[in-house]
Amino acid sequence: METAAGYPRRKRRRDLLEQRRFLGPALLSPAIIFIVLLVGAPLGLSIYLSLTDATAGSLTGDFIGLDNFTSQWSDPNFRTAFRNTIVFTLLANAIIVVGASILAHFLIRPFRGKWFLRFLILLPWAAPVALSTIGFLWIFDSLFSVVNWVLKSLSLVDTFNPPQWLGDPTLALAAITTVHAWRLLPFATVIMIAGLASIPTEVNDAARVDGATGLKKLWYVTLPLQLPIATIAVLFGIVFTATDMAVVYILTRGGPFNSTQTLPMWAFQTGIGSGSLGAGAAIALYLLPVLALVTVLMLVFARRVEVT
Amino acid sequence: MPSRRTRENLLTYMVVGPFAIVLAFPFYWMLWTALKTEGDLYNTKNNPFGFTQGSPTLANVRFLFEQTDYLRWLGNTALVGATVVIFTLLVSLPAGYALARLSGRWGQSLGVGIFLVYLVPPTLLFLPLSRLIAELGLQDSLWSLILVYPSFTIPFATWLLMGFFKSIPRELEDAALVDGASRVRSLLHVVFPISLPGILTVVIFSFSLCANEFVYALAFITNSSSKTISTGIYTELIRGDVFFWGALMAATLIPSIPLALLYNTFLDRFIAGFTGGAFR
Repeated sequence: METAAGYPRRKRRRDLLEQRRFLGPALLSPAIIFIVLLVGAPLGLSIYLSLTDATAGSLTGDFIGLDNFTSQWSDPNFRTAFRNTIVFTLLANAIIVVGASILAHFLIRPFRGKWFLRFLILLPWAAPVALSTIGFLWIFDSLFSVVNWVLKSLSLVDTFNPPQWLGDPTLALAAITTVHAWRLLPFATVIMIAGLASIPTEVNDAARVDGATGLKKLWYVTLPLQLPIATIAVLFGIVFTATDMAVVYILTRGGPFNSTQTLPMWAFQTGIGSGSLGAGAAIALYLLPVLALVTVLMLVFARRVEVT
Repeated sequence: MPSRRTRENLLTYMVVGPFAIVLAFPFYWMLWTALKTEGDLYNTKNNPFGFTQGSPTLANVRFLFEQTDYLRWLGNTALVGATVVIFTLLVSLPAGYALARLSGRWGQSLGVGIFLVYLVPPTLLFLPLSRLIAELGLQDSLWSLILVYPSFTIPFATWLLMGFFKSIPRELEDAALVDGASRVRSLLHVVFPISLPGILTVVIFSFSLCANEFVYALAFITNSSSKTISTGIYTELIRGDVFFWGALMAATLIPSIPLALLYNTFLDRFIAGFTGGAFR
């Protein structure tokens, strides 16, 4: 009995080793095939389109080299879009990082009413972005803005000439930045909480034994340990704000006078609205090297500052 | 002198409270607007925080359900979301498991690679994909969204599931293997049941990614009956200069609240998946 049972077991082990070599790729291949087909191929197609003068209705066009890229670069609308994309991304993420790290430090502790407060804080992230932006369209309404009503009743603004949040170029930039920061703050907070939660309790105990408390502990122990995952939060934040189209599309459509144009919005208007597929693809592709660079830098940074 | 604990709690409320108020205010405002009559809404003399002239009313909600395609959009969103989630799980469960367990060091790099794919935004892909959808004759069909949405749900779900699977002790599985179960059997009977909370988390977050999507839905679908909530509300309830504000706000609030409740319930799981070896 013993030997009879022992033999097939050993054989099975060996089968398993054989299996491991094939099972891994077999389990992975559907995902990889799908990603190559639906992300890789369109990306390649997009690069091809950007080098042609293709228009809506066809997938091919004459090869015109880098003309789309150079003509966009000298287009003032593109310039504004490029600048705005950077401004929105930097401003919104500055707010997000500061807000999220403060919130995360408090939300990681248990306290009464935490569940409800956390629910309120998560709302902006859970709500579909196109829908919550419609909410802001109403909040920033030219006639019935609640912000203006409050400001008027506090006599902070001129009753007959209240700020036009979406009609004035500078204010519109501020409004869009606000919506981006508002929407992504909860998500960044959650990632920061994940970072804090992964700090082993021994580290905190050791810090206490060494006499590190309060701000000292925050500066020398918690923040360095939190840095890698904070970097990931910023990475998500940058990618989501730089590539988002819903907020700008709904709030201003790039207006007034293209002053709040962003690269995604401009690519949509050029590629779908005006039907210049090639030019649209080129605009969108301007994002790619920038995003790739940011991503690689941040991942390298996250790995380097990882203390463990 | 209050105790240290009381002081800490007080500080927590003083910091978290204002954040919660600012972040939740737009939703409070949606609720108030949704409950108002047109007369109340469009009278600048009224205090917008109070109710007069027939408010509060449910007329806006009734209008939304009876005279618009709102239910249809909700249904479409649910249908697209559910189909995409099922497909995503079929592809991502094996892939996430393989990345966590089977493939050693190059699995690590592949994991990061898949995470990076998630960061390739729709903004880069919608132009070629919209041509592809046109070639396939799928414009104005929900199938276009069902086909394309896995391009972001699969990377996201695979990566998150990889984190969950890494956090399951290997010994549990080895025990099943030693007992003579095949690897596939141990997957189905040991690994997946333990990971159920993680899988549910992935279901919820993938579904909400679909409900959230805007660019593809806007580029691919133009007829009202095939729209999802993400685009339907904006394109159909705003007619030129006419904004149905009450109905718009009700339409926005209705899907947001249950989604936020789900998020809050599954948040700790989500955090566990995030820290479960996804970045180490």
